[in-house]
Amino acid sequence: MSIAAQPIGSRNRLVGSPHRTVAVLRHIALRGAAFVYLGALVVLPVAAIITKGFGDGFSTFSHAMAVPGAWAAIRLTLVTATIVAAINAVMGTTLAWVIVRYRFPGRRVLSTIVDLPLAIPTLVWGVMILVLYGPNSVLGKAADALGVRVLFTPLAIVLALCTVTLPFVVRNVQPVLLELDEAEEEAAATLGATRRATFRRVVFPAIRSAVIAGTLLTFSRCLGEIGSVILVSGNRTGHTLTAPVFIFSLTSQFRFAEAAAVATFLFAISFVLVLATSRLTKRREVSE
Amino acid sequence: MSVAVGTQVAKARRGRRGLIALALVWVALLLLLPLAAIFWTVVRAGFSSVTHTLTQPDVLHAFQLTAIITVITVLVTGVFGVIVAWVLVRQRFHGRSLLNAMVDIPFALSPVTVGLAAVVLFGPGGWFQPFFAARGIQVIYALPAMILVTIFICIPFTIREVVPVLEEIGLDEEDASRTLGASVWHTFFKVTLPNIRWALAYGIALTTARAIGEIGAVLIVSGLIQGKTETATLFIYRAYEERQTAEAYVVALVLAAVSVGLLIVIEVLRHRQEKERTRT
Repeated sequence: MSIAAQPIGSRNRLVGSPHRTVAVLRHIALRGAAFVYLGALVVLPVAAIITKGFGDGFSTFSHAMAVPGAWAAIRLTLVTATIVAAINAVMGTTLAWVIVRYRFPGRRVLSTIVDLPLAIPTLVWGVMILVLYGPNSVLGKAADALGVRVLFTPLAIVLALCTVTLPFVVRNVQPVLLELDEAEEEAAATLGATRRATFRRVVFPAIRSAVIAGTLLTFSRCLGEIGSVILVSGNRTGHTLTAPVFIFSLTSQFRFAEAAAVATFLFAISFVLVLATSRLTKRREVSE
Repeated sequence: MSVAVGTQVAKARRGRRGLIALALVWVALLLLLPLAAIFWTVVRAGFSSVTHTLTQPDVLHAFQLTAIITVITVLVTGVFGVIVAWVLVRQRFHGRSLLNAMVDIPFALSPVTVGLAAVVLFGPGGWFQPFFAARGIQVIYALPAMILVTIFICIPFTIREVVPVLEEIGLDEEDASRTLGASVWHTFFKVTLPNIRWALAYGIALTTARAIGEIGAVLIVSGLIQGKTETATLFIYRAYEERQTAEAYVVALVLAAVSVGLLIVIEVLRHRQEKERTRT
């Protein structure tokens, strides 16, 4: 960072020469290309959604949000996202810890398998959950015998979301754990601290921002996830219809303003979270 | 004392085993069992069901469409991704943090919202609809919109991989090359590009995986026209909705297999990149 932070303009050995003019033009051209690329592809769609969602002002927005099922869908999405983020925070940290700190047969394979959700399409995860918990499978029959319904319930939504977001906390925490000096933990243990106290006082403060970043990323992904959910949730309005699926169904009925209102609401939450995550990650890199 | 230490060690060992077991059970339950289930289902259905599905014109067309969209997305996000990353790292100007924030936006937007935005912009009554309609270009419910939304969703991957590497390598080598009289392009292709190649490859691999798997946005902008605007994921979706589950399972398994292959490539690239980073 330190070297790169030096601005190009300060390398002024070419000042006044025609080379300098060409160099400046080239810089401006590249910068322009970057802005046009992101401006056209990123800003324009966002502007379109917000304009459509608000239309003539806040009344359009609140009117659109009054569609039956809108709040129920948003509530379901927020609740499932919170549950999944909490589960992922705990299980992701556990996985990272096991992968970094323990040596056992299959550790490398485990570390690779954790990335599977990044590679396999989310819709395919949905199909696989349908097969695994379907009425003809062993697991489906076992759940039936226990009186637990998995498919087409909020449980299926949580399961699908847990699967597709599994790597997020692990991949954030893993590099930080790798760099952590075990000597500090040994010192704490030597001084008589219990393993629990060592984790709480020594390890956790070091990985905290990574855990939070991964958890926020999980939450924000859950707000938008559709592929893994759409087939397994059953999509019953007011019960298992999540906000993204709701947006999809409104759009296929050509109710764009209503869809855009719900979308704007979700985007606002998500954007704040993504910015926070980006800040957390950056601060960690700087403090290194 | 030695007894106390003994119980401590035994406790630690038990905790260790417990955590490893928990991690393995979690991964098996969420990732491996679903994979095994679909694999087993397809195998049980038999080889003929696989060949029957994979020779259907609709299926072949769906794979072809997915391939076209993926290749174009990789090219566009790759070239522009490097430009944006380079501008972000090497230039200081007003609006730099704005540009940086713009890169993160696709992570915050649901794919369905991206699809909706494309409809608002290019669909009936959309901002750009008159422009393209007058020129007879069908954007929405056709290939152009499907490519656009996929590019949007994949924008951050390459940039986020290349930026940290560009920051790390600094300017020394590039400066040396320029001082020795190499042209800007020569410097870029002979010095900068080799330095970022693993990060770029990793970003491209992630982009490929995401482009192949994209569903939410194309679900909305494709119009779901069978045999025309149907990608592989959309085929799975429709086949499942129409209760042609056997076909859906086969195509899903093929996509899963391709993705696992891609994951192995990603793993290799990551190791290369880490090795290179520790060396520098």
